[in-house]
Amino acid sequence: MPKVLIAGEVQDGKLAGVSGELVAAALKLTGNPRDVSIALACDDAAGSAENALACGVGSVYVIEHPALKGAGQGGFDAPVTAFVALLNAEKPDVFLMARTDFGYNVAPRVAFRLGVPVAQDCIDLAWDAASNAAVVTRPVYGGNAMAVYRFKEQRPQIVIVRPKTFEPAASNLSPVGEIKRFGVEIPDSHSRARLVESVKEQRAGVRLEEAQVVVAGGRGLGGPEPFKQLQDLASVLGGALGASRAACDAGWIDHSHQIGLTGKSIGPRVYITVGISGASQHMAGCSGAKTIVAINRDPDANIFKEARYGVVGDWQKILPAFIETVREIKRS
Amino acid sequence: MPPRIAVCVKQVPDPDAPASTFKVDESARRVITAPGIPPVVNGFDLHATEAALRIKDAHAGGVEITVLSVGPSFVMEVIKKPLSMGADNLILVEDAALADVDAHATVTVLAAALKKAGPFDLILCGRQASDWDNAYVPLGLAEVLGLPCVTLARKVDLLKESGKVRVERSLTDGYQVVESDSPAVITVSNELGEPRYPTLRGIMAATRKQPSRWKPADIGLNAAALAPLLSLERLFVPERQKEIELIRGEDDADAGRKLALRLREAKLI
Ligand SMILES: Cc1cc2nc3c(=O)[nH]c(=O)nc-3n(C[C@H](O)[C@H](O)[C@H](O)COP(=O)(O)OP(=O)(O)OC[C@H]3O[C@@H](n4cnc5c(N)ncnc54)[C@H](O)[C@@H]3O)c2cc1C
Ligand SMILES: Nc1ncnc2c1ncn2[C@@H]1O[C@H](COP(=O)(O)O)[C@@H](O)[C@H]1O
Repeated sequence: MPKVLIAGEVQDGKLAGVSGELVAAALKLTGNPRDVSIALACDDAAGSAENALACGVGSVYVIEHPALKGAGQGGFDAPVTAFVALLNAEKPDVFLMARTDFGYNVAPRVAFRLGVPVAQDCIDLAWDAASNAAVVTRPVYGGNAMAVYRFKEQRPQIVIVRPKTFEPAASNLSPVGEIKRFGVEIPDSHSRARLVESVKEQRAGVRLEEAQVVVAGGRGLGGPEPFKQLQDLASVLGGALGASRAACDAGWIDHSHQIGLTGKSIGPRVYITVGISGASQHMAGCSGAKTIVAINRDPDANIFKEARYGVVGDWQKILPAFIETVREIKRS
Repeated sequence: MPPRIAVCVKQVPDPDAPASTFKVDESARRVITAPGIPPVVNGFDLHATEAALRIKDAHAGGVEITVLSVGPSFVMEVIKKPLSMGADNLILVEDAALADVDAHATVTVLAAALKKAGPFDLILCGRQASDWDNAYVPLGLAEVLGLPCVTLARKVDLLKESGKVRVERSLTDGYQVVESDSPAVITVSNELGEPRYPTLRGIMAATRKQPSRWKPADIGLNAAALAPLLSLERLFVPERQKEIELIRGEDDADAGRKLALRLREAKLI
């Protein structure tokens, strides 16, 4: 069975939900949680290290360094240097990161620095005992095709996992492993790019990534105003507002609402799309949605191949009656 | 000397082609080129070109923009698009041996080409290529060339006095401003805004320009440098058709009402 090292992510002082998904992915490779470890590279791992231990893993490596401040957005050298040092010391078989701002910026650089391959955006993975290597599945061509790759004998085998693909593993177990501090030297020459300013957009209400209901609009809405109706609908349902890239590029709604391959990955119970055609690059962001509902006037739109419920017609007529009825249901 | 910017662009199948035209040859593990649908320059690479042109517009002393592309064969009207937008030179590393190379090999080839064509003050790339959706090549280039790398730019400025690069990064939940030494590798995202359309004059000028054409051997590379690191075992088109329940009504409004009731019945809302 392989030894698996996970790059954990810290969010508001806690272990981010996506890291629990990586633990679930790791447990697909090795049945034994003791073979799994989590590395936290940040400026302050207090709190998140205990969260990581409560996932039942064998070890939690804490790499704390002032240069790792703000590393979570993956823009800089420091986390690359930190993980390369840890990987060289611990020699796991597999190194897992998530396809987040952090993972997709850091993992490829770690791979190139170590001279090993990396598999991006994987939605499935398995360990092939016969060849002693990982076999992974990933969507390519925007999701139009699936590719299955087999690693060779290289170590570590670096896999980037698509968020919202795996149900997070339990994170409230009594700790069995231990916290190990790992010291790294991060030379000054590695700070040739410096953070000047970091602005976090705090939006009221539910986070898109965590919402159980998401309502999203696309180019078919024709302008910014209809998004207010969708926001109302989202609020009534206790959900969050999303959009297609076309709507964001048109300037109708901020890009932080974009769902898809190059936007956010969501995993709600219900995903309601209005005026979205369902291009594969959009669907790449909502493969975790349990039920998709589509309103679109084109019966041949791809979204109807992905949806469970649909209405073919003009949203301008459908939506007001739909919202009104939802309100009535919620009131009763 | 005026600043020199390199833009790396890839020729890819048109991602906006109808899904029904997308076909895979499973035995060859290759995507079949859809007949009659010409390839395009990868969308984000046009954003990278636009970022370079905006820097050029802002520098009275001029900026030289060199476009580089690596691939098995190019369609001239397609790959010249950055020239018609206003870039100055085009370098093509073209060879049949480059047909099935992976990101590692692409990095090897691009790095060698950039060294031969350089030095550059800035290397701009797209955030990812829409064929294999890797988002590795720019990060790999930065590693191999030993340069800083700033990803997901929505704004790129080359600061005149300090010679540094100032980048606004578009992130999932906000943005960052980063200042980097130059040279640096920067990846550009669609949040930059629409790439400009080529003008008629630009198109005429591009028609007259001849690209420099190099073979891997011209930049010191042999076949061994191009072998893929992972083996592609299978390539297939996933089955997608799901069971859909279409809600009908007397008119659109009625259908909207019935949809809400149906979702209630299914305990979804
Ligand atoms: C590399 C790459 C990455 C990408 N990443 C993303 C991503 O992260 N997210 C994303 O969303 N896209 C992404 N895209 C873009 C994607 O390919 C599509 O272009 C985009 O999703 C289309 O958005 P849309 O469905 O809103 O617009 P369209 O495809 O134009 O669809 C609009 C729909 O609205 C319907 N409509 C119009 N009027 C009405 C009406 N009155 N009533 C009802 N329906 C109506 C139409 O029938 C149509 O189906 C990416 C593309 C590439 C190449
Ligand atoms: N064959 C290529 N030729 C030139 N540039 C490339 C090539 N492949 C990738 N790039 C650049 O690297 C970026 C990311 O590509 P990728 O890593 O393949 O997703 C692209 O947007 C291009 O800017």
